[in-house]
Amino acid sequence: MEEKVSKIKEVALKEIEDAKDVKSLEDIRVKYLGKKGELTALLKMMGELSPEERPKMGSLVNSAKSEIEEKIKNKEEILRNEELAKKLESERIDVTLPASKQRRGSKHPLNRVIEEIEDLFVSMGYDVVAGPELETDEYCFERLNLPKGHPARDMQDSFYITTEYLLRTQTSAVQARAMMANKEKSPIRIIVPGKTYRREDDATHSHQFNQVEGLVVDEKISFADLKGTLEIFMKHMLGENTRLRFRPSYFPFTEPSYEVDVSCFKCGGKGCNLCKQTGWIELLGAGIVHPNVLKMNGYDPEKYSGFAFGTGLDRLAMFKYGITDIRLLYANDVRFLNQFDRKD
Amino acid sequence: MILSTNFLKDYLDLGDVDVHELAEKMTSLGNEYDSCGHLVNTGKLVIGEVISCEPHPDSDHLHVCKVNVGDKVLQIVCGAPNVREGLKVIVAQDGTMLPGGEIKKSNIRGQESNGMLCSIAELGLDSKFLKEEDKAGIHELPQDAKVGEDAIKYMGWDDGVIDFDLTANRGDLLSILGMAYEVGAIYDKKVKPIDLSHKEEGNLDFKVSVKTENCSLLLARKVQNITIKESTPEMKEKLMASGIRPINNVVDISNYVMLETGQPLHFYDADKLKGLLEVRMASKGEKLTTLDGKERTLSEEDIVISDGQRAIGLAGVMGGLDTEITENTKNVLIEAAVFNNVKIRRTSNKILRSEASNRFEKGLDPNRTFMAIERACHMLEKYADGTTCKGTAVYDKADKEEKKIDITVKNINDILGTNISAKEILDVFRKLDFKAETKDNEKITVSVPTRRIDISIKEDLIEEVGRIYGVDNVEGKVMLLPVRKGSYDKTAREIRNKMVNLGLNETLSYALVSDSDSDMFTNKTNEKIKILSPLTEERSTLRQSLIVSLYRIYEYNKAHDIQDIALFEMAKTFYKNKEDYKEENKLACLMTGNYDLGLSTKKVDFYIIKGVAEELLDYLGYSGRYSFLADGKIPNDFHPGKTALISVNGENVGIMGRVSPAICKDEVYVMEINLDKLLAKQVGKMKYKEISKFPTVKKDIAVLVDSDISAQELQKAIKNGGGKLLQESKVFDVYTGKGIPEGKKSIAFSIELGDSTKTLTDEIINETMNKITENLNNKFKAELRS
Repeated sequence: MEEKVSKIKEVALKEIEDAKDVKSLEDIRVKYLGKKGELTALLKMMGELSPEERPKMGSLVNSAKSEIEEKIKNKEEILRNEELAKKLESERIDVTLPASKQRRGSKHPLNRVIEEIEDLFVSMGYDVVAGPELETDEYCFERLNLPKGHPARDMQDSFYITTEYLLRTQTSAVQARAMMANKEKSPIRIIVPGKTYRREDDATHSHQFNQVEGLVVDEKISFADLKGTLEIFMKHMLGENTRLRFRPSYFPFTEPSYEVDVSCFKCGGKGCNLCKQTGWIELLGAGIVHPNVLKMNGYDPEKYSGFAFGTGLDRLAMFKYGITDIRLLYANDVRFLNQFDRKD
Repeated sequence: MILSTNFLKDYLDLGDVDVHELAEKMTSLGNEYDSCGHLVNTGKLVIGEVISCEPHPDSDHLHVCKVNVGDKVLQIVCGAPNVREGLKVIVAQDGTMLPGGEIKKSNIRGQESNGMLCSIAELGLDSKFLKEEDKAGIHELPQDAKVGEDAIKYMGWDDGVIDFDLTANRGDLLSILGMAYEVGAIYDKKVKPIDLSHKEEGNLDFKVSVKTENCSLLLARKVQNITIKESTPEMKEKLMASGIRPINNVVDISNYVMLETGQPLHFYDADKLKGLLEVRMASKGEKLTTLDGKERTLSEEDIVISDGQRAIGLAGVMGGLDTEITENTKNVLIEAAVFNNVKIRRTSNKILRSEASNRFEKGLDPNRTFMAIERACHMLEKYADGTTCKGTAVYDKADKEEKKIDITVKNINDILGTNISAKEILDVFRKLDFKAETKDNEKITVSVPTRRIDISIKEDLIEEVGRIYGVDNVEGKVMLLPVRKGSYDKTAREIRNKMVNLGLNETLSYALVSDSDSDMFTNKTNEKIKILSPLTEERSTLRQSLIVSLYRIYEYNKAHDIQDIALFEMAKTFYKNKEDYKEENKLACLMTGNYDLGLSTKKVDFYIIKGVAEELLDYLGYSGRYSFLADGKIPNDFHPGKTALISVNGENVGIMGRVSPAICKDEVYVMEINLDKLLAKQVGKMKYKEISKFPTVKKDIAVLVDSDISAQELQKAIKNGGGKLLQESKVFDVYTGKGIPEGKKSIAFSIELGDSTKTLTDEIINETMNKITENLNNKFKAELRS
């Protein structure tokens, strides 16, 4: 009997070992452990044994049974894993085929620059405001200390619609609007990005272009504040190593007035084609708000002072992205536009 | 203004200042320049003497010359007709750079040539200064020229010249004297006095009269018995360096004094006048032939000089031809005046811009007017042998007082953000030659010289202090202002991001278009806005629709073989409504070719661009509030059967559809939304809505209707029929063709019913579906298909 059990066990374990798939494993289970299985048959024969032998044999058969069960279980897991692996392998795809992605559009480089400037100044507590592009002579010139016949009007040949209306030549027009709109005459901190128009068109000038204007009106605003602010602005846009050079200049709406050069970011100031060997690139106009402008727009120049600055965004965008010809900004060639399709 | 440093040195002890250094220093003071160099830019040229000149054995016009250049004698072959023995010449030796290239040793028809004898034309002098003889032959130097010395230096042509691009307010710098004060402030040097001395003989027999308020000062003096001749080489050099062509001594003096003082003068041939100079406004249509021989027709806005009978000069712009100085002139009448700068600007813009008008426009210092006329008398005596008559005819309403401005040290430091002492400030004013006084080292009274017409308020003085003290010496500060939250209009950016995410390229186009483009894609009912003086017809009118700009961009790209195009732009459009000029913010899209939908692509059709519109409107929160109307007024530039108006809350906010095949054969779809109208419609806050605990039920139905019934109308009927229980209805199939009668279509909807308070019973579901089908049938005779 004992011999028989161990023989059955030995054969069964061998068969399990050799089983090729889950199905044959199941057959083996039925063959030995099923209702009519060989080990089950041995258990049924227990009645023929003496009461002394019964427990001994019982435990012997049961242990063989559980050993076989354990073995089947282990083997089954192995076989199932193998089968799964085989199945998954058969499902292998070519991961290098093109992705099912949607086309990504692009944001115009000029608006990218505007958004970047907006984010910077909003973080410094400035409001972004807009104004009309079809502006009155009053706001574009007169309220900015440029009466009719002023020689500085020569500097900006304009697109007039009537003698009173014109396409704004400068975002500065919004300076007067912002001051007039502020009924409480409280401090102002704004930037104004937008389109501007001048009557010139050549390789380096577009008759339509973009500017951003900045205006701060508060108590005790000084030229040093302007200098500090423009340093933050230009370093942010053109890199931390950027240096600024202020040159006295003349704008009717600021006094003192300055033109601001930045160190050439291409050559670092050594002199190259971009900066015409000077090491500097003229980029901004700025100054302390002229007391007449404050007065004309309802602010007391004895109480308030302010600074204003303006810069051309087209050039800034060209510098930032290495665009060599201003006309590319307005040609809207899809091959150009497609290049601006990711985060900066 | 071109500054000649030779000229400047007449009034300022500058020593051997480098012209580039001077230009940079002026730049940092706010005076930009366009170019900087020397009157003649060549390598070193020496003075030589032709010691022998033999005909070339192998040429009928060349000569073989031996030229003494001081340290050696060179053989040079020369082709100039005027070369001869004993001539003092300008020699370019082997290796010298000239504007035309490098001079090299060569062999000319068998004869060695070790350089070149130069004509003036070869030195690179501006061609307007060249006379015929300068081009025809080599330059003949005077006999006193020293052999071996620097020829350019000898002629004074090593003069450093800077072409300044001055700011509009600095009219004072349009003079050598003004420049001397400015440069003097840089180098801390005092300006030398100007020599105004001259003799007087005989009495003035001239009167002046002013009949307009546009002339505040008029002076006239007469100089007799002048001799017309060529100016001295020094004077000619200074004029040329200043960009003015020398003519004869008298004409040159009028220009020279204008350059020195900034006061334009006019010299008349006194014998062609009638004893009177009168300033008045021109009469309408009055004619005058100016110095350049052109007949000008004048208006009542132009100031003229008259001899009492007729106009003899266009004030501030140009003199008349009849009374000009000629070779036979004996007696000169000098006119010096101050005219209204705005009037001169208008006239010169209309007729002619000149050196004189440029100075009048910027405004003049009346004290300089008096100075200039005396200086002219001095010069005419010195260089034209003239004698000045006693007396000056004067009309004078000008303000010649120095302005006094009070300022404090605190004012200056508050605005500059600095800590400059009273002593430093007073030193700045001393350098500028402004009188400044203080008793307490705080309050300063500054007398501003009348030459500085740009300075009238204390802020102007602050700028002067900042300039001379040095802008670089002011330290930039971080502003300390109350912390506040900045704001900006996020919606524009949200729209831009959405469109980019939908796969469209953002464009940037011009607001000015051609007249015919300006109202394309509109109903052409609004008045156009045109530019008074456009640059070109292509950019003459403001666009009323953005679509036309995108369409032109499409054409441009198509011409470059790009077929798949998806564009958008946000910008303004403009139109005139009665007397009002309107501008509107709009968004436009254009799509054509293939549109990527994952791995597959789809040819762009109406429904693709409609999808873009819906996606945007849903994203902006207008879900369920918009509809598309095919029966509105569609502009002719659209395909009438493939276009819809976009309506939100019953208001028309935009349009989308195919560009009319009459305009474009390709299928190009466009859309435009008026953002001002759209965004004026408020959108509620985003808020969580309870998710129903009860299941919804989906039922599909298909109906047979006339083919001109729109899905939108049917969906409205479904909504009415379904009432509160209708959660959603979607079209999932439209079919015509086999099995469907002519003029009919089958349209299938997936209908979702639900109630957030209870589970729907079969009875309610059937009842609701019946109501829906009944409603469809009543309104559209829709037959249910099984």
